[in-house]
Amino acid sequence: MKTVMTDVLVIGGGLAGLRIAIAAKKRGHEAIVLSLVPPKRSHSSAAQGGMQASLGNVAKGAGDNEDVHFEDTVRGSDWGADQIVARMFVNTAPKAVRELSAWGTPWSRVRGGNHEAIINEQKVTLTERMEAHGLIAQRDFGGTKKWRTCYAADGTGHAMLYTTSNQAVGSGVDVHERTEALALIHDGERCYGAVVRDLITGELSAYLAKATAIAAGGAGRLYSATTSAIICEGMGHGLALETGVAPLGNMEAVQFHPTGIVPTGILVTEGCRGDGGLLRDVDGERFMPHYEPEKKELASRDVVSRRMTEHIRSGKGVPSRFGQHLWLDITLLGRHHIEHNLREVKEICEYFLGIDPAEKWIPVRPTQHYTMGGVRTDHTGQSPWLKGLFAAGEAACWDLHGFNRLGGNSVAETVVAGMIVGEFIADFCDKAENAAPFPVTLAREFVRREEAKLAGILDGGGSASAFKIYAEMQEAMTKHVGIFRQGDDLLAGVECLQRLLAQSAQIGASSKSRAANPELVTAYRVRRMLKVALATAQGAYLRTESRGAHFREDFPQRNDKDWLKRTLSFWPDEAADLPRFEYEPLDVMKMELPPGWRGYGAKNYIDHPDTPRRQEEVDGLRKQMESQGRFAVQEALMPFADKLPASLTGRNERLDEPLEDAQ
Amino acid sequence: MSAADNTTAPPSQASRRLVFNILRYNPNDPASVPHMQAFTVEEADSMTLFIALNDIREHQDPSLQFDFVCRAGICGSCAMMVNGRPRLACRTLTRDLPAEITLAPLPFFELIGDLSVNTGKWMRAMSERLETWLHAKESEIDLCRIEARMDPDVAEQIYEMDRCVECGCCVAACGTAQMRKDFVGAVGLGKIARFRLDTRDARTDDDYYELIGDDTGVFGCMSLLACHDVCPKSLPLQTQIAFLRRKMAAQGLQGLPVVGRRLTSSTC
Repeated sequence: MKTVMTDVLVIGGGLAGLRIAIAAKKRGHEAIVLSLVPPKRSHSSAAQGGMQASLGNVAKGAGDNEDVHFEDTVRGSDWGADQIVARMFVNTAPKAVRELSAWGTPWSRVRGGNHEAIINEQKVTLTERMEAHGLIAQRDFGGTKKWRTCYAADGTGHAMLYTTSNQAVGSGVDVHERTEALALIHDGERCYGAVVRDLITGELSAYLAKATAIAAGGAGRLYSATTSAIICEGMGHGLALETGVAPLGNMEAVQFHPTGIVPTGILVTEGCRGDGGLLRDVDGERFMPHYEPEKKELASRDVVSRRMTEHIRSGKGVPSRFGQHLWLDITLLGRHHIEHNLREVKEICEYFLGIDPAEKWIPVRPTQHYTMGGVRTDHTGQSPWLKGLFAAGEAACWDLHGFNRLGGNSVAETVVAGMIVGEFIADFCDKAENAAPFPVTLAREFVRREEAKLAGILDGGGSASAFKIYAEMQEAMTKHVGIFRQGDDLLAGVECLQRLLAQSAQIGASSKSRAANPELVTAYRVRRMLKVALATAQGAYLRTESRGAHFREDFPQRNDKDWLKRTLSFWPDEAADLPRFEYEPLDVMKMELPPGWRGYGAKNYIDHPDTPRRQEEVDGLRKQMESQGRFAVQEALMPFADKLPASLTGRNERLDEPLEDAQ
Repeated sequence: MSAADNTTAPPSQASRRLVFNILRYNPNDPASVPHMQAFTVEEADSMTLFIALNDIREHQDPSLQFDFVCRAGICGSCAMMVNGRPRLACRTLTRDLPAEITLAPLPFFELIGDLSVNTGKWMRAMSERLETWLHAKESEIDLCRIEARMDPDVAEQIYEMDRCVECGCCVAACGTAQMRKDFVGAVGLGKIARFRLDTRDARTDDDYYELIGDDTGVFGCMSLLACHDVCPKSLPLQTQIAFLRRKMAAQGLQGLPVVGRRLTSSTC
C-alpha cells in the first residue's frame, strides 16, 4: 500500500480548498490538495457576477458596511444562518477582496465622474466621486440594500480562481490532479486522512494527515437540470456522511437560480438583473413588480424563482419544445455594456442559443444552482463530531447561508472561509496533541475495504446499470424535490430513491479496467450520491414548514416556533436505507437580528416564543447606546471578535470610514 | 422587439444520423493499439459534442474517455480536434458540423486515453517555469486598508488577457510546438503579456527577458498565428505576442554594443 503523509490534506482544488492550502503553507505546514481535475477547471471558475464585500466605493454603495451586509445575509437566509458565522464572514469579506487585489485579480474599477445606468427600466446618470476613481467597483445583486458585489466583468470566479491557483503554484502548494478521495480514514472519533484513487492509473493509496479538509463543492448533479459542472456530485458530502459519525446540515435547503438558460441549464449571471435586466412573460410583460413591488427582479433567488414558477403556472409561460420558460431581457442595457460587463453571458448566448443578447431575449427558467446544506461544522470549520475533519465552501454547512444564500455570497464564502478555516487548521496542526499517530493498520483496513467495493463492481457479476440509476436519481430529485414541495410527493421521491439505493447494490460494469474507467467511477459515485439525495429528500419531507428555498405547499408558513432549528442527518448504519435525523436549535436570545419579515416574499410566519422578548432587548440596547457608534452597539448585541483568528479581527477602512476615526 | 421573433433553436429539421469517427487508444492498456472507431448517433435539438459523447458512453461504449467539467465553455477542459481543428467540444453544436465528424485528442499533450489529454500537468509546469503569479511590490499588505488604486482601463486590459482558460487549443495549433517540445506556447506568452500589463507586478522587462527571451519563448514564435485563429476566448494573441517580441528584442539589444544595436534595430 502506497502511503502519503502530510500535515493538511485538502479534498477539492477550487477556491476554498486552494485558499486553505495557502494558509496552511504560510503557517509552515505541508499541504496536499486532491483535485478531480486541474484546479483551474474547478466549478469556482463558473461564478460570474461577483463577490459581495462591503467596500462602499461606488455611489450606490454609499453607507454600506458590515452591518448592512450582515442584515442582508441573515434576511436572505430566512434566519437559518448562524449569526456569529455571518458576522465573521462580513468582517472578513473586504479583506478577502483586498487580498485578491494584491495578488493580482483584475477587479473592475470605479471611474470617477458621470456614467449611465439602467435602474427599474429608467436610464439614470450616476456620479462617482473622484476620490473613488480606480478603487474596486460594485454592482447591484439580489436581496441587497446596497450595491456591494465586486466583480471582474462577468468572469469573477474565473479571475479569482486563476489568481488563487497561481498563488498556490507560487507558494509551492502540492496539487495531486486527477485524484479522488473514496473514503475518510477514521476511528469514529478522529479523522486521519483519506483513501485516494488515482483516476488515471486506478491505484489506491492512503493519504494520512493531521487535518483533513473537505472543500469539494456542491451537489448540483443530484438534479437533472442544474447550473453545476458535472463534477459537482456531492462527493464531499458523501464522504462525511459515510463516516457514520459526521452529519450533514440542512440538506433540504437547495437553491434554484432564476436564470438558467433553456434547455441546457447553463447559468447566466444575476448581474444581468443587477445591471438592469428584466424578466418578461409570454406576452412580453414585465411581471416581477406585480409580485414583489419593493425588490422586483432583485428579490432573493428563492423568492424570484418561486414567483417565476407561479407565473408559469398561471399560464404566462412561453411554450417551447423543451417545456415552458420565461424571458430575460438585457437588450435595454445596450451593446457596449453587454460587450464589456456581460461578455461571458454574450458568449454563452451565442454558442448555446445562437442569439445575440443585445438584440434578443434569453429563454430562462429556475434551475438547481446551490447546495446550502453541507458537512456541519462549528465556526472554526471543524466537525464537532469527528476531530481533525474540517470543511469549507459549498461542501460545508458553516452555516453562513441558512435556507437561502444571497447571490455573490458563495464565491465570497469560498475565499473568506478559506482564510478563516485555513488559520484554524494551522492552529490545530500547531498543537502538539494533534500530531497524528498515523495509524497505518487502520489505513490499510480502509484501503482494503475500498478495494473490495471496486472489485464488487468489476467482478461481482451485477447487472444493474450505473448510468441508468444515475439518470433515474436525477429525475426523481427534479420531479419530487424541486422548488414547490408537498408531503405526498416528497414521500414518493424518498421511496423512489430507496428503491434505487437497493438496486445500486447490484451495479456491474461491462468495462473491466481498474485504471481510467468512467463507468466504474459512475458506479461508485452513484451509490454515495443516493445517500446524499436521501438526506435531502427525507430532510425536506420531515421539515413541515417553509423557510428560504425550502417551500412546502402543504405548510406555506415559516414556523419559528417549531422549526427554528438546523437539520442534521447521520448515516450510522451502512445497511440502512435512510439517514437518522437530529435537530440543532438556534437560540433566538443570542441573535443580533431576531427573526422577522425579510422585506420581500410572503409575510407569513409564526413567531418563536422568544422573539418578542429578544426584539425588545435589542431595540432597548440600540436606543440606549445610540450615541456610542455602530461598533459598540454590535459588540453589546452579539460579540464575535473572539471567534475570529487574531489576524482577521481588524476593522475595515472605507472612504467614508477612515480607520483612525473608527478605532 | 417582441417575444415572437425569439426562438430557442432554429426550426427543427429532419434529424440526421451522425457518424462519429473517434481515435481510440488507451496507453494504460498494453493490448490497446491506436485505431479509429465509428459510432452512429441520432442527432437531437441543440445537441453539443458534450451531449453526443455522453450518449455514446452511456449507450454504446462505457469505456470511452473524454474530459468535460463545466460544459458551458468556461473551464477549458474539453478541447479536442474536431474535424482537424482544435475546439472546445462542449460548446460545439452538432448542427454546425457535417454529418460525419472526426474526433481526436489534442496533439502535443500527454495522452491519458482516447480524447482525454493531460493539459493540467503541462500547464502547471509552464506556470512554474514562467512564474505566472503576481510578484507583488510589497511583501506585506495591510488587509484592513483601502486597496491600491488601478486605472480602470488597465484593469480591463488585464482581464482581457486573464480570460485565458488554459484549454491548450493554441498549443495544439502551433507550428513551433510541433517542432520543439519546450516551447511555452501562446498560452505562456499570453501570461507574460498579462503580468507585464499589471502595474502591481514588480518585474521588469529584464526579468521577463530571462523567462522568454529565447527560442523556447517569444523568439520561437514563427508568427503563423494559428493560435490567434483557434483561441476559443478570442484573446488578442496576435497583437500581444508581436508587442512582446518587440519589447523583448529591445531588451535583448540593450546588452549589445552601440554599433550592433544600430545595425540590428532596423530589422525589428
